[in-house]
Amino acid sequence: MDASAPPPRLRLTGITKRYASVVANSGIDLSVGPGEIHALLGENGAGKSTLVKIIYGVVHPDEGEIAWEGRPVRIADPNAARALGIGMVFQHFSLFESLTVAENIALGLGAREGIGELTARIEEISRRYGLAVEPSRHVHHLSVGERQRVEIVRCLLQAPRLLIMDEPTSVLTPQEAEGLFDVLRRLASEGCSVLYISHKLEEIKALCEAATVLRGGRVVGGCDPRTSSEQQMAELMIGGELPVAHRRAPLKEGRASLIVANLSLPADEPFGTHLRDVSLTLRDGEILGVAGVAGNGQKELLAVLSGERRAPAADAVRIADVAAGLMGPAARRRLGLAFIPEERLGRGAVAEFPLTENALLTSYQHGLVRAGMVRFGAVEAYARQIIARFGVVAAGTQAQGSSLSGGNMQKFIVGREVGTNPRVLLAAHPTWGVDIGAALAIRQALMDLAAAGSGVLVVSEDLAELFEISDYISVLSGGRLSPPRRTHETTVEEVGLLMGGRMAGAARQHEARGVVDAA
Amino acid sequence: MRLSLLPRERPARSMLWLSPVLAAVLSVIGVTILFAVLGRDPIEALRTLFITPLATMDGLTELGLKATPLLLCAVGIAIGVRADVWNIGAEGQFTLGAIFGTWVALNFGGAGHWWLIPAMLLAGIAGGVVWAGIPALLRTRFNAHEILTTLMLAYVSIQLLGYLVHGPWKDPEGYSFPQTRQFEADATLPVLVAGTRLHIGALFALLSVPLGSLLLGRTLMGFRIRTVGAAPAAARYAGFNRDAIVWFCLLVSGGLAGLAGICEIAGGNGQLTPVISPGYGFAAIIVAFLGRLNPIGILFASLLMALLYLGGEGLQVSMQLPIAVTGTIQGMLLFFLLAADVLVNYRPQLQVARRAGAVHHA
Repeated sequence: MDASAPPPRLRLTGITKRYASVVANSGIDLSVGPGEIHALLGENGAGKSTLVKIIYGVVHPDEGEIAWEGRPVRIADPNAARALGIGMVFQHFSLFESLTVAENIALGLGAREGIGELTARIEEISRRYGLAVEPSRHVHHLSVGERQRVEIVRCLLQAPRLLIMDEPTSVLTPQEAEGLFDVLRRLASEGCSVLYISHKLEEIKALCEAATVLRGGRVVGGCDPRTSSEQQMAELMIGGELPVAHRRAPLKEGRASLIVANLSLPADEPFGTHLRDVSLTLRDGEILGVAGVAGNGQKELLAVLSGERRAPAADAVRIADVAAGLMGPAARRRLGLAFIPEERLGRGAVAEFPLTENALLTSYQHGLVRAGMVRFGAVEAYARQIIARFGVVAAGTQAQGSSLSGGNMQKFIVGREVGTNPRVLLAAHPTWGVDIGAALAIRQALMDLAAAGSGVLVVSEDLAELFEISDYISVLSGGRLSPPRRTHETTVEEVGLLMGGRMAGAARQHEARGVVDAA
Repeated sequence: MRLSLLPRERPARSMLWLSPVLAAVLSVIGVTILFAVLGRDPIEALRTLFITPLATMDGLTELGLKATPLLLCAVGIAIGVRADVWNIGAEGQFTLGAIFGTWVALNFGGAGHWWLIPAMLLAGIAGGVVWAGIPALLRTRFNAHEILTTLMLAYVSIQLLGYLVHGPWKDPEGYSFPQTRQFEADATLPVLVAGTRLHIGALFALLSVPLGSLLLGRTLMGFRIRTVGAAPAAARYAGFNRDAIVWFCLLVSGGLAGLAGICEIAGGNGQLTPVISPGYGFAAIIVAFLGRLNPIGILFASLLMALLYLGGEGLQVSMQLPIAVTGTIQGMLLFFLLAADVLVNYRPQLQVARRAGAVHHA
């Protein structure tokens, strides 16, 4: 950078942060120019979150310097960060469901102005940036995308000069994401810098003009995403060549192993989603992808399929030709069901149990118990087999669940569920928050299982993943499931429109019929 | 300034067992100070409390006698707590066990039936099971928490006992003392050591240790219990029926407490009186936690607690200290144990006050 150029908006030099057991950031240098959209890339655990928490004043670095517009600063807390002009939109929102948009924003700002005045300012900002937000609506009525817009408006009201976005599109439909990019580009053109955290490479290519890649707490490189290929960036992130998943051979039409017929189910918690007339058929050897933004009935659908919630009628859910709607999880597992749940520790596995007992958790019906006594020798062997087959990094079979990284715990859970040779496997967000290597292994395991003749139902927000592994794709939106499309006959755009709740053509007829049936 | 507790990243595993030892040592220090303040020679008092009861064969068998109900109740309580089921009313199930067993003894005693003792023991177990079944029903049907219901039923049981010994079961030849008739000889538990009071109930208590360990550590039921306690969502996901676990834990711990109750009567006084327990069922809660909810640990903890009871009686007799001293020591033991456990898992940090609202997570 030559001397006449303005100083960078933010410059980090040698930032280091150590925790008791790990070095989260080690000697990190980062520079974000005025009006630059800068990507911070890295796998889970690479140190991205720690770094942005340092910038936002939530965490204090052990070493290193932060310079803001050329001046060295110490950011004591988020208030100090906001006073400098740093705004942040977190991955998880902090909005009060029962308050209106304006009230939430007033709380967040600690504003002294009246709600009326604030409402006018909110409307002005939302008009200027095309962020559709209604100040008087209650937050619990808002979709996830709308909530994110509220958070963004909250930041913009403080006229930030650096906006940090932490994985902002993980909750958005493709169309909503495109809208967000327009807002960010607009902001950048007005001189606001953006630090954009993501591991979705296609987004970074589309949006960012510079990128810093972290791995293991260090900067391992930088690149211009507009000219680098996704392959190159991914290899920088994982520090090696990207393994390739093997697409299985196309299959013949198998027998139906899971049938859901006209299932409607009221939500069991406030702000939950009602399932409305959901029907689906999963056949042996087939992968059905259920796309959709989380919060559209995914949790409810999976609970009623796994048996954690009972269906209203036995016939509403059929597993392997048996009416299973009123059965509990154990009985459904006896019919050949297996389930990889969304939450790993606390549901899919028990944090304080060793891996042996975590292996036993769902496979106790598969010869590991005799006359009420656990056969710990066999359990140990099973755990060892899972660890070996899926390359789970753990300190042996007695390692506690909580000692594993998220990706390794997930590989263990996938291994355990696949290892029971299920006829039907349900997988909820199987690669969410998992590093690229583990994600590949997990997708491969799902495809291998289908190739061996099992039916696999994958619920995921990751469209790229669903398009890669699924034979059919349905979309869950507002508790309704769209009819399946053959994956190679549909497009991301079409699926995206369905995710936004617009059911086209046949789908709308289906919906109308559902209303009649329900009535 | 503000004192806050921050979770430790890695609590030391060794402290799991060291913290009860630490609590015991701190209690001894505390009680020593207490003796000094009360104007007694602390060394002499400590000797009376901890050494004298162990010095004679008689003392040792009395120790076993006192440890028996503590051990039986505590093993049951621990099984429940492992499933996050809190039976703190073992005292009530103990009392009902005594009442049910006594009914058998009063009605069928003296005829020399070979089945009398087994029937009394089974009746005792049934009494505890019935009394623990009520909270189980209330919990699984109406979601009423067992912490409240078991405790309330403990007080109900004491009223019931009072009614029986003052009313229908009062010994007509008892000079109007509130007590039942003495059990006949065939309704008295056989003793283990001739010339002492140590009865076969101690064997049942000892047996509960390996059986409890086996249940928790080796059986599928034990695995279910531990899963429900450690991660309820994982238990639901795995298909473990929580209600069934609640029933199982409450009935097992109730049965063990009921067995302890009838053994205490049939092996001791041989009659019901208005007060049949110096709070064994409540002290057993401390024993369960002191023993780390592990039957083997509970065995040692029950011996320590029994020693406190015995030594406390000694202090009353030889040093004219009030019976409240025993309760004070029990309280100290629990207090120090809980404090040690907190400090094992959290580290205290003194924070200097900052501007109001300084920490704000947007």
